[in-house]
This record gives sequence, structure tokens and C-alpha cells, in this order.
Amino acid sequence: MTTAASAQIPRHGIRIVLIWLVLTAIAAPLIVFVLGPHLPPGNMTSEAGSQRDANVLLTALLVPIALLVVTFFVYSFVVFRNRTGGIVDGPPLFGDAGVQLLWIVLTGAIVLALAVWGSYTLIVSSHGAGGGQGPSPVDQPKGHEHALPVQVIAQQWEWTFRYPTYGGFESRDLAIPDNTLVAFHVTSLDITHSFWAYELGVKADAVPGVDDIAYVNARHTGFFQIRCAELCGLWHAHMAKKGRVLSLPAFQAWIKAAKQKNAVVQKYLAPYSDVYFPAPLRRAG
Amino acid sequence: MSTAARLALVAAGIAAGAALIAYYIASYLTQTPPVVAATGNMPSASLTLQTVASLGFKPHPDWVSYLAKNPAGKWVHSTVLRVPAHSTINVTIYQFDTATGLRNPFWGEPRGIANATMTVDGKPLKVLDPDLASHTFAIPDLGVSVPLKGVADDAKNQCSVAPCTLAEAHTTVKFSFKTDKPGKFRWQCFVPCAAGFPLGFGGPMQSLGYMDGYLEVVG
Ligand SMILES: [Cu+2]
Ligand SMILES: [Cu+2]
Repeated sequence: MTTAASAQIPRHGIRIVLIWLVLTAIAAPLIVFVLGPHLPPGNMTSEAGSQRDANVLLTALLVPIALLVVTFFVYSFVVFRNRTGGIVDGPPLFGDAGVQLLWIVLTGAIVLALAVWGSYTLIVSSHGAGGGQGPSPVDQPKGHEHALPVQVIAQQWEWTFRYPTYGGFESRDLAIPDNTLVAFHVTSLDITHSFWAYELGVKADAVPGVDDIAYVNARHTGFFQIRCAELCGLWHAHMAKKGRVLSLPAFQAWIKAAKQKNAVVQKYLAPYSDVYFPAPLRRAG
Repeated sequence: MSTAARLALVAAGIAAGAALIAYYIASYLTQTPPVVAATGNMPSASLTLQTVASLGFKPHPDWVSYLAKNPAGKWVHSTVLRVPAHSTINVTIYQFDTATGLRNPFWGEPRGIANATMTVDGKPLKVLDPDLASHTFAIPDLGVSVPLKGVADDAKNQCSVAPCTLAEAHTTVKFSFKTDKPGKFRWQCFVPCAAGFPLGFGGPMQSLGYMDGYLEVVG
């Protein structure tokens, strides 16, 4: 190796780092401030908001790492291209203990810090983050004793909803009031489904015989998508609906109207319960 | 292995593959139920169907099934129905099967039909007792879902071989719905009525010609 060539090697490193720093300085704020607000699942509820924050943070962390790899890759393509056309042996490579240690410590620190941060937001700051926590939730938000209970009933292939504090009436449509803590009690009448209210940031398994609880607090009114997130048979794709977050007065009016709309069926309903075991399943089984 | 033997092996493999594909195409063509057209034209046509507890003949004599009446008045083992677009379709379903029951009384409420009312044995009904339901006739994409009242378990003269006749124990369900623009819509019974299958949802529930079919809306 000539002296001229070895003198150039450190300059490559500095150039790569400089390019990487400039690109990161441009991309990171763009990701956080421009793309960030549009990352899923939005900001309709505090739970959805904390999920979005997690997406923003992970994307922002990913950017410098991805840019370092891409910068190095492109730089090598351009600068270290073999222009002679012949096949020549490159200079030998030796391990660099310092670089390896730095890499392990850095990535280890990032992963551990994310684990700590993720656990903290899941348990302490966002109380389950809208996920189903089973019949006895560990991460209870403040005031959960007064949460509005709404039962979500899955069945092949439709969702229905019951409001135990409003006489246990059942409805084909789902509405919840804004700025109110809601406790979804998700269950199933037949097989496993999954209640996914996208904009609410809620996803909870609907398992027969299980009362799966998920909390949510909507920040503003609007529509949200409901999907079944567990492949459940022929008409799985048909288990899609639109739910609504209403202002409290609008919600009260909706309750009244929904009771009337669904009046004919109510007398046949099973008494309200955390779980149900409808007889026809046993008959057909 | 000699070259001839290898060639023979490859040729045999190709022949076996071709035979399988031919069998698949042939069975698709022969097992897809024939289209049954509704009687009448725009703006109003009528469909007449029946449900039976067991078909009584091959290929699945013990499967629960729908049948459809063609304009000539003959019962056809099919669930592929053709109806006119932008029309009122008057449906009559003769129910020869006994009740299975509904998992949720909500399926007992007829939806997507005129006046939200069906008639059962001549009597108008806005909701069916969930314990009495046998099947549903549902076209999800058109919002139609109608529960069908089953025959009493202890009824005399129950039908066991399709097509059943009106002399045998049955209930008569009538309703009408509107078609819009042309299209092909899948329809389905939503009651887990496939006895002997896991949770009542296999076999006839997922087979064209039995509890699953197409509604072809033509312009
Ligand atoms: Cu589902
Ligand atoms: Cu059925």
C-alpha cells in the first residue's frame, strides 16, 4: 500500500460521517415534524396518541441508522469502484475491537432504552395503550371505577354492542362519548375474533368465554373504523363497521335513538353477562 | 437409469399433472350449480326457494341445502340465482328444516327488506324468536338478512329427500328486497347449521349449491 493511499483512508471516514450527519440533520426533523403527525393510528384517543408517539420515536431512531448504512453503501459504490476492469485483490481487512465494542454498546443501549421506555408507556403513562388486558387488567387508568362499560360481542360474522349502564340494551352500531374513559369488554359468541378499532388505537382479542378489557379515552369526536383482526372464516372481511365518537349530549340522544331502533330484539336478549355460551353452538357442534 | 427410462418418467409426471388439472377443471364445470333465473322481469320478479334438512341424493345426501324453483316450476339443486337489476324481488322460501337457533337474537331481525317485515305463514313479523330459527337468507353486500323459521321438532310428515313438497311439514317465509345496479353478489346462510362439522360451519355452509350461493343481478 502506498503512503498516498493510506493517507486517504481517514479522509474517507470523515467524508462519510459528514455526509451522514448532514443527511440525518435534514431527515430527522422531517420525519418527526412533517411525517410524524401522519403516522398511524393518529391522535383520536390518548391511547392512539401514545401508539403514534411510539411510531414517531422508532422511525426517528431508525433514520440515522438506515442513513449510515445507505451513505456507506452509496459512497463505496461511487468512490471505491474498480475502474481498471481487471480483477484485483483489495487491501486486507482486520477487525477493529474499538469499532466492534462501540457498535455493540450503542445498539445494546438503544434496545435496552427502548425496552424501558416501551414498558413505561405501556404500563404507567398510557395504561395498556388500548390493548386488551384480559379479565383483570393490570394497568388501570385513573378513574377506571367510573369508566363507561361497553360490551363488544363478536360472532360469525358481525359485531354487536351492549351498554350495561343503559339497561343492557344491545345495538348493531357502536358509539362512545368523547372525553370519557370507556372500558370495552370484548367477548365472542363462537370462535376467536379480534376487535380492532383503528383510530381509537384499540385492539383486543374476542375470545369465547373471556371478558377481555381495553380502556380508551377519546379526545375528539369523529368516525373510526372497526375491523376483525383475526381470520374467522368465510365472511371475516364482512366484520367491518364504522363507529362514532360523539359529544356527551349527542351520545345521550344516540342512546335513546339506538334503544328505539333495536327495540324489537331486546326482549329476546340473554341477561347481561361478562360472557355468553349460546345454545345453538352446542346443537350444531 | 437409461435415457429412455428417464424420459418415460418425466412424461408420466407431466401426464399425471395434466390429468389433475383436467380433473380440477372438469369438476369445477360439472359441480358449479346451474343458474336459476327468477320468474318475471324488471321491475318485479319472484324467486322461490326451499331449504331441506338433508338433500337425500348424491354427492352429499346428508347435507343441509337450499333448492331453487326455475321459471318452469321445477326444483333445481342450485343456489346460483339470477334476478333483474333495479327491481323488486319477491322471495318465497319454503322451510322444511327444523330449528337450529340463533347465537344472537339480532339475527332474528329481518334487514334490508321492504318495510323491515317478512311474513311467516301469512303473518307479518318484525323479529323471529331466536330459538325458532333454522337458517338465514343473507346477501351481506345488499344489506339483506332474513331469518327463516324452522319446522317444529315434533312435526309430523317431515321431509327427508329433496325436493320436498308442500304436503310435507313446512313454514312459508315471504319478503321482498330491491336490487340496484347489475353485479354478482355472494349470499350465505349465517346460521351454523352444518351438523357434524366443527362449530357447524364447514361442509354445506361453505359449498355453492348448499348454504352458500350467488345472486347474479343482470341489467
Ligand atoms: Cu371475526
Ligand atoms: Cu343454514
